[in-house]
Amino acid sequence: MSGIGGISTLADHKRRRIEELTARTSEAGGVSLIRDAGRRLLRNPTAMVGAIIILLFLIIAIFAPLVAPHDPVQRFPELTKDLTVDSIPGATAGHPLGSDPLGRDFASRMIYGARQTLFVGVLATFIGLLFGVVLGAIAGAVGGWLDVLIMRLTDVMLALPSLLLAITLVALASRSTQWTVIIAVAVVNVPIFARLLRGSMLAQRESDHVLAARALGVRRRDIVLRHMLPNSLTAVIVQATLTFAVAILDAAALSFLGLGDPDINRAEWGLMLGVDGVRYFEVRPELAYLPALAIIFVALGFTLLGESMREALDPKNRR
Amino acid sequence: MVRVILRRLIQLVVTLIALTTLVFFWLRSLPGGPVDALLGERATPQTRELLTRALGYDQPIWTQYGRFVKNVVTGNFGNSIRTGEPVMDVISRSFPATIELAVAAIIIAIGLGIPLGYIAARYRGRMLDNATIIVTLIGISIPIFFLGYLLKDLLTQNIHIFPPSGRITTGMDNTDVTGFFVLDGLLTREFDATADALWHLVLPAITLATIPLAIIIRITRASVLDVLDEDYIRTADAKGLRNTTIRKRHVLRNALLPVVTTIGLQTGALLAGAVLTEKVYNWGGLGTLITDSISGGRDYPVLQALILLAAVVFIVVNLLVDLSYAVIDPRVRVQ
Amino acid sequence: MPLLDVRDLSVVFQRKGAKPFTAVDGVNFTVEPGQTVGLVGESGCGKSVTSLAIMGLLPRRGNKVSGEVRFEDTDLLKLRPQELRDRRGRDIGMIFQDPLSSLNPVLPLGLQVAEVLERHQGRTRQAALREARNLLDAVGIPDPTRRLKEFPHQLSGGMRQRALIAIALACKPRLLIADEPTTALDVTIQAQILTLLKQLVEESGTALVMITHDLGVVAGLCDTVNVLYAGKVVERAERHDLFAEPRHPYTHGLLQSVPRLDVDRGGRLHQIRGSVSDNIPWPEGCAFAPRCDRVNDACIGETVPLEPTFRGGALRCTNPVPQEVPA
Repeated sequence: MSGIGGISTLADHKRRRIEELTARTSEAGGVSLIRDAGRRLLRNPTAMVGAIIILLFLIIAIFAPLVAPHDPVQRFPELTKDLTVDSIPGATAGHPLGSDPLGRDFASRMIYGARQTLFVGVLATFIGLLFGVVLGAIAGAVGGWLDVLIMRLTDVMLALPSLLLAITLVALASRSTQWTVIIAVAVVNVPIFARLLRGSMLAQRESDHVLAARALGVRRRDIVLRHMLPNSLTAVIVQATLTFAVAILDAAALSFLGLGDPDINRAEWGLMLGVDGVRYFEVRPELAYLPALAIIFVALGFTLLGESMREALDPKNRR
Repeated sequence: MVRVILRRLIQLVVTLIALTTLVFFWLRSLPGGPVDALLGERATPQTRELLTRALGYDQPIWTQYGRFVKNVVTGNFGNSIRTGEPVMDVISRSFPATIELAVAAIIIAIGLGIPLGYIAARYRGRMLDNATIIVTLIGISIPIFFLGYLLKDLLTQNIHIFPPSGRITTGMDNTDVTGFFVLDGLLTREFDATADALWHLVLPAITLATIPLAIIIRITRASVLDVLDEDYIRTADAKGLRNTTIRKRHVLRNALLPVVTTIGLQTGALLAGAVLTEKVYNWGGLGTLITDSISGGRDYPVLQALILLAAVVFIVVNLLVDLSYAVIDPRVRVQ
Repeated sequence: MPLLDVRDLSVVFQRKGAKPFTAVDGVNFTVEPGQTVGLVGESGCGKSVTSLAIMGLLPRRGNKVSGEVRFEDTDLLKLRPQELRDRRGRDIGMIFQDPLSSLNPVLPLGLQVAEVLERHQGRTRQAALREARNLLDAVGIPDPTRRLKEFPHQLSGGMRQRALIAIALACKPRLLIADEPTTALDVTIQAQILTLLKQLVEESGTALVMITHDLGVVAGLCDTVNVLYAGKVVERAERHDLFAEPRHPYTHGLLQSVPRLDVDRGGRLHQIRGSVSDNIPWPEGCAFAPRCDRVNDACIGETVPLEPTFRGGALRCTNPVPQEVPA
């Protein structure tokens, strides 16, 4: 700040006026990148649309038992009695979305589906993130032969297109469960997170603030934990947001290929779309449309938020 | 240049060796091994032992591994468990169908993606641009097998425009030369066969193209916008060059660099997408082969070969992309 | 008649979601044929925006340009984009700060010089390339025939700036605008480039607008100097007058903050308090007031006008640095 106090030739009210006007113009400076990014995010309608979709999805998933009219696995006699191979009852009193192919309340299954989809998406993303971050951090912080080994390992994993790798993993398991799906989708993301974190740590290793910390004699462990990891995490969070969308899409694709969870009681959107939805597409297309729309919306929500975050954090976009 | 290619080829070989080894040991580490997976848990000990011996699983693991590596190197992947035919025969029969589909899809994705991305960038912030962004976002958020069923439902059931499945009308008198039906028709001058094959190709190709198309549009748009901000575009403007010269010579050439890389990476999405698309349209290519080899008892010899093939294709395509990069970008050429 | 007459030029940035910002605020100056005029100021004072506005290179969206830019008989701001394109590169050339990013990385140097000749002189590619070789030779690039086929990243920083100068002067424009042409270069190269520029404009009679924050550049090159602060001209003077007797406290401060060999080593270097962002809007008084040593009550309240000085310059100050009375 300028030393306005030292100006003695000015009348008091004029001095105050200068201070006031100066404060107004220099207000913009000195905001940290993350807070600045957060502020820009709040002003960005795209990000807000994404956030609202995600919030809605979370609320439905968490409060599913309160929102859903029925038990999602219960078969209702009033629905099963009209059930045939080429006719599945539509909306009736008490069942706003009608029946699924087994005479269960479709609306309740859709609502509980949010919960299972969230479960699969979050776990697949988080497990992938955890292993990826640990591997990437080791590679980036330790370097040397360990770095080479980890990077070659990610090369091998990236040599297969992601969904194909997931298909391979599930196919190689002797039988599929919900966990094989989650783990397959998670493993696919490990190399992505690992490379992201390693790249970001390497970039920081040469950055001024880390060099400064090193010059001050800060221990290496502290440099990694306090200076490098937190800075890399923003990129990881952005990637995780985007990964969630891919994870639920991949899970749906696995279900479609007959590699999903075999539990017929499980209400999960990907499963509902990939198994019953496509099987009864010509009988009752809603069985496909509704879970598909739900998946599209949620994937869209996470993509919108993730991309806006990435954009907001890009220093190029600072004004 | 030659050194770069050599290094990448060595990398390819190392990756493949690692991949085969991983697949090999993964298979053997399954509870009960492939034999259980093949026969199910209710098989009698006799059948089990018979199959174990037949597949050579009674020998020490290192012997098995050595034989496996030798077979892979010589291109001998054994016989399909499902049909008993040599794996290479099964694969080469399905190969052309998938290539035909993938090539059609990539032509659509590039042919539409680059112009649309460029146009969106030119009309940045206007209706057209916003509409493009929204459509491409939906394109990457939609499960593509659902999109396939949707298109099929709309255009083959409700309105009979396209055939619902298969590569060619059954009973069509076409001569099989290369296995690429569109090409065969042209070679043998059976143009009705070409037309019919193309007709069958439209919907699957569009379905498969959706994700790469959406991504190419987005990358092209972002890349053009980046280039427009570059100082050298301002220099070109300061020279008073015509708009068309600036666009063609200065904007497009630079903007396409990241797009080329993306196209390489999208071959991955194509390979994976083919599995889904082929199932929807009953296409009968490698994707169908994967699905068939998984359901109905896992056909491990076929799966193994398919995984390796996918990795080879993906890595080779990306190697080619990197090489073409060196041709377009003089900064890479010199290093 | 002046070659370039900038009258009341203003540029307002209008960005979505942000308050309009006046980057250039009623700037006036003239350039006579063959004359070299300096625009001097700290970064953010509007000097680069002024040059881009003259060339019509500011994006149409988000920028509101008003005033007049008379080049000979025409107001460049009134020209249609196509007409302006015909003049850029032919009548007015421009060189930029960062020679690496200002050259297209994927095109050979020869084409980048030749294309401006093809465009404005209707030459064939071959003829243009032949002329490009001569131009590269003229700006002191050794082995020009070989360089035609090379790419920007293969040249040194000084070579690149020479190439940009060759491009800007290819069509023998009557005016050259140089926007911080030496800032991105090594000090030793800076001098070479300045000497080259000086020699070329003197030989060809091209007028030069030199935009810089470096008073050393001004001292070596410019006939007349305009000092800009927060988008307005605060002082204009002949080079000798400006250096001998700066009147505006800002100019004075700038000169005082240059290290000199002829003063005591023990003496402290003068510094101007605060930074460019510590200013007040012009309509409320003098933007420099918060940083000024000579501020008084008259500085606050209304715009301080730019008034002519008896030596043919101009000054925007209520309490200028006193002149030494000639003995």
